[in-house]
Amino acid sequence: MIHIENLTKYYKEFCAVDQISLDIKRGEILGLLGPNGAGKTTTLRMLTGYFMPTSGTIRVKDYQLDENLLEIKKLMGYLPESAPLYHGMLVYDYLDYVAGLRGLDKNKKISRIRQLVDLCGLDEIMHRSISELSKGLNQRVGLAHAMMDDPEILILDEPTSGLDPNQIAEIREIIRQIGEEKTVILSTHILSEVEATCDRVVIIDKGKIVANDRMENLKQSTDQTHFIHLDILKANFQDVHDNLSGIDGVVGIEKINEKPNGPLSVKIACKSASDLREPVYHAIKQTDWVLIEFHQETKTLETIFRELTEED
Amino acid sequence: MQQVIRICNKELKDYFISPIAYIVISIFLLVTGWFFFTTFFYYNQADLRNFFNLLPITFSFLIPAVTMRLFSEELNVGSYEMLLTLPVTFKDILLGKFLAGVLFVAAALVPTLAYPIFIAFMGQLEWGAVAGGYLGALLLGASFVAVGLFASSLTRNQIIAFIVGMAICFTLTLIDKMIFFFPASLLGVIGYLGADFHFQNIAKGIIDSRDIVYFLSVVFIGLYGTHLVMQEKN
Repeated sequence: MIHIENLTKYYKEFCAVDQISLDIKRGEILGLLGPNGAGKTTTLRMLTGYFMPTSGTIRVKDYQLDENLLEIKKLMGYLPESAPLYHGMLVYDYLDYVAGLRGLDKNKKISRIRQLVDLCGLDEIMHRSISELSKGLNQRVGLAHAMMDDPEILILDEPTSGLDPNQIAEIREIIRQIGEEKTVILSTHILSEVEATCDRVVIIDKGKIVANDRMENLKQSTDQTHFIHLDILKANFQDVHDNLSGIDGVVGIEKINEKPNGPLSVKIACKSASDLREPVYHAIKQTDWVLIEFHQETKTLETIFRELTEED
Repeated sequence: MQQVIRICNKELKDYFISPIAYIVISIFLLVTGWFFFTTFFYYNQADLRNFFNLLPITFSFLIPAVTMRLFSEELNVGSYEMLLTLPVTFKDILLGKFLAGVLFVAAALVPTLAYPIFIAFMGQLEWGAVAGGYLGALLLGASFVAVGLFASSLTRNQIIAFIVGMAICFTLTLIDKMIFFFPASLLGVIGYLGADFHFQNIAKGIIDSRDIVYFLSVVFIGLYGTHLVMQEKN
């Protein structure tokens, strides 16, 4: 669907995007993840034709971006960060204007605006001025803007930034609905968002792609060691260490903290691809410690993200 | 072309839904009306010469005030990004905004048609000169709108856009009056650059292709400059 090759963008001397290559399939929800200033927005802006790349090519379907920009724009709906709409206009007038520019004829315009009003929950605010809208409502109007022509590709730049938890859940729900049929690319620096909505994650750092994989694979691939977390009462660290370090597969045992009269927290590092919960449980059963917390820590996207984007 | 009309429509609506249009047009009518009629009866001549004499100066103030928001506001709010990623070309946007500016100037001129109608009752009015004057006013307006658009594309700050636009329009209006500052060899060129000089020719009812070419060139240079500036931004 979308084919990006060696995409590069320089702002004067500064390289914002450095030779990115990426393929995006139809019907995929792709999360573009990265710390602030990693080049997410710049990439999206080049993809939508707002910025011209310094070098590299972008192909959408059979169209080349630098030759058939207008055709590509027709396929795409784009919502820039924080949805900068015209302040002076009424919501209805704005949607009507966008529908016009999208080339919808009169009858189609009205029915499409009605659909979007239902989908994005705009019926209460159609005759309010955009300048009076709260951030969440503004974002929803922006989403309606992006989806006006029922585009095949939907590009959203930080669609949930600055929203409250309820609004975030609503917007995510909308994105998921659209993602069932359309290709969606969304950028964010909120990790849970990607986990909640995306099929595939691309992590960008300093203009380069540092990871590009499906969610599950990404979690496994970097999962070399994992940890078991224990909270134990009536035990001291030395005993715990002696008792458990003999188990086959334990790489190391680490004290996290110990409070007087409180539990002792311990982290057991285990070799990859081994589940040591059973032997650990049996070992503890032999003693008179009181086990109050016992879980295996799976790698979250957060740890992966930190590993990949941390400064050395 | 359809896209141009849609964008033009939206810009015009913005002007006439907000108070901008009414404030600017009222001020325009007050200023021109006052300066024209205070001396009109004194000259005892049934023509609009004084009205047209004053027009380049008033336009130098007025038109940059109208055009200052066209690009600056979009850049400032960021809505330009949303507009440009819709299926429109930059040319559509530029021409749409330009057309809206020209139509606004035309709308401001319409009420002044009362002057010639009123004067025609008092004496022998030369309608040819009046028609020439209005044609000239539209051409002058169009070239100042192009200059104003250019100024507006330079900055996100509307005040700066206004001042830059006004400075360029003023220079174009007054440059042929400043001719004594320049060396003799440049006189012909400098004189030709003056917007007022060309406008007064047309306002006399003499429609010379040189004057029309001048105004069209200013429009072209203004719009092309805007194109270059906006292209550079992306």
